[in-house]
Amino acid sequence: MQLFIETLLSGLALGLVYSVIALGYTMVYGVLELINFAHSEIFMFGGIVGVELLLGVLTKTTWHPLLQLVFALCVGAAASGVLAVTVERVAYRPLRLRGAPRLVPLISAIGMSLFLQDIVRLVESLFGNFNRPFPSYIKGNDPDFFAITHPLISGATISNTTLTIFVVGAIMLAGLTYFVNYTKTGRAIRAVAQDQSTSSLMGINVNNIITVTFLIGGALGGVAGVLYALKFGTLNPYSGFLPGLKAFTAAVLGGIGSIPGAMLGGVVLGLLEQLAAQYISSSYKDIIAFGLLILILIFRPSGLLGRKVSEKV
Amino acid sequence: MSQLVQPKRDFTIPVVMFALITFFLKFFVFKGITFVDSMIFLTFISSLYFLVTFPMNKYIQIVMGMLILFVGIPLIGFQNTSSINVVIDIAIYAALALGLNIVVGFAGLLDLGYVAFFAVGAYLWAIFGSGQATELFGWQLPENGFFLIAIVAVLVAAMFGVLLGLPVLRLKGDYLAIVTLGLGEVIRVIANNNPGGLTKGSVGIDSIQQPLHTFTNSLGSDGYKWQSVVFYVIVLAVIAVAIVVTNRLDQSRIGRAWTAIREDEIAAQAMGIPLVATKLVAFATGASFAGIMGTIFAAKQSFVDPASFDVNQSIGVLAMVVLGGLGSIRGAVVGAAVVTSLNLVVLPTLAIEFNNLRQSGALNLPPQFEVSKYQRLIYGIILIIMMIYRSQGLVPASRKHIEVDDAHAGQGAMQGGD
Repeated sequence: MQLFIETLLSGLALGLVYSVIALGYTMVYGVLELINFAHSEIFMFGGIVGVELLLGVLTKTTWHPLLQLVFALCVGAAASGVLAVTVERVAYRPLRLRGAPRLVPLISAIGMSLFLQDIVRLVESLFGNFNRPFPSYIKGNDPDFFAITHPLISGATISNTTLTIFVVGAIMLAGLTYFVNYTKTGRAIRAVAQDQSTSSLMGINVNNIITVTFLIGGALGGVAGVLYALKFGTLNPYSGFLPGLKAFTAAVLGGIGSIPGAMLGGVVLGLLEQLAAQYISSSYKDIIAFGLLILILIFRPSGLLGRKVSEKV
Repeated sequence: MSQLVQPKRDFTIPVVMFALITFFLKFFVFKGITFVDSMIFLTFISSLYFLVTFPMNKYIQIVMGMLILFVGIPLIGFQNTSSINVVIDIAIYAALALGLNIVVGFAGLLDLGYVAFFAVGAYLWAIFGSGQATELFGWQLPENGFFLIAIVAVLVAAMFGVLLGLPVLRLKGDYLAIVTLGLGEVIRVIANNNPGGLTKGSVGIDSIQQPLHTFTNSLGSDGYKWQSVVFYVIVLAVIAVAIVVTNRLDQSRIGRAWTAIREDEIAAQAMGIPLVATKLVAFATGASFAGIMGTIFAAKQSFVDPASFDVNQSIGVLAMVVLGGLGSIRGAVVGAAVVTSLNLVVLPTLAIEFNNLRQSGALNLPPQFEVSKYQRLIYGIILIIMMIYRSQGLVPASRKHIEVDDAHAGQGAMQGGD
């Protein structure tokens, strides 16, 4: 029972991280019908900026670890958001304005993803090892703040890491739900996702809204990057790829383009993956995610919460 | 419509001169493997492209082509096996690019897990053609069983193409990309996890037999050079078949069906094209090219491990196809030649040059700028720049235009008169 509860908690934390990344995919897909392949690198970039900030500056202060983390989250989010907007400007917008066939922006997105991986590696390796660890907060006899555990029922415990991820993840999901549903910009995003030309007739600047979408999706990715580093302990320029792919799976699982779908899909995928790793086989856990993706696409291509859309001719 | 009839210029003499000069330069002057030597060699190889592209005397064209392929390159290869190995690698990747070009270029299905089929072929020969088979089944194929397995690999890879394709080909473009990416990873993870002791996991399978090895071994100290020539002839044969097959397919009914699906799936379906079956054929054909090249790759390296089949490879082949021009056969070969020589010749030799400069103190660069480590960077830049500025590729596919009737000509005249 203890093991089961701890697996569930760990899976839920992983799932929340996936959810936050998946939101970036699903928002961009909702607005542009484009798989933003570079999102996994945007996520990695925010994480690395956050970790570098912690390692280089914040751990040298006497601030409380949580405050340091919040600061790193904000800076990571800002870095990712700016990067996402830049990527859109450089690699997607020229193609969109030209009305290129759909394969073209997708390939350009893949190119951007590869480019970002190696450019981050190049810059990182100039300053030492490009494998960056999450800082440890062990000072003297005090244990690492994030490793402190609290007892729960049946002998199961929950660590500060997991708690932090729960809180930050929940804030992100709630904040985004509020933003998309109850603000003017959020309404504009939904309008553009439904119909670009009509929303531009309604006085919405479509290009600005696309920029905002990339900014927010990217910022969420940055937050997730720092959380991911907190959970797994290290981050390197290539560690965006696999979580990115899984987050995309989560977005498809929930129904791509649907924001509550991405949240649900992420949590379901995280739980399934952690349970499978615990009770089936840990070396095949990645296969489980992709197997799930294929099954969903065969039996329910619109995802758990997605609407079925018939193609217009 | 009036056509401008340009006088056809004959490039026989310049092209022949070009080929001869570069050959003699490489063979007699720049014998080594430094950056400059390699560049001269690549220039010599490029004369093949000029030979095919420029209008020239048919007979001289054929004779020159044969001379370059069967005399020039082997002679240089005898001087330096690394040169002929580069050509073999170019041919392997060219066949992969041709196969992927069928899937992505002709049928418009973005397949990011293409290397999975390459892995299937490679592991097929790796398992049956090495000590691994003795451990597993108690027997192993003789070295010339390679030729049998190469044929079998075509079928097995095609079968894998159908098996993997069946569930995913109902998906729309972007979904297909991500699912195939996932499937490619799945194959690698399976190979890494060593199911049933089949693949030896991340250790990899070594001492894989090479075809005709006993024969080349009997030739004495030059045996390894002859072994390279054997592989060279094999890949040339395969690439020739691949080019002919692709060409014929492109111009056949199925090729037109692929183009129709690529351009508009719904319209194609309305015209009575069976979507899934047509896509499956594309998938299977593309896969079979990768399958046979996989066996050759395994034999040539004589070592196979899961790390050789990561996503990078799939993306690299995609970069070749995109660089050459989606849907263009000549483009796929050119793209493969450019990217492969960039990866295996230009960047490594350039890295050595930089290293020499650094050691002599002429250049003060931190060692992190090792150019050969940044393949992804280069792939990425190629993909982005090509998509933004020249999405049709270096050697764009030409659409055949069939002049049908006079009605359109009349319209054209009217528009012209406006």
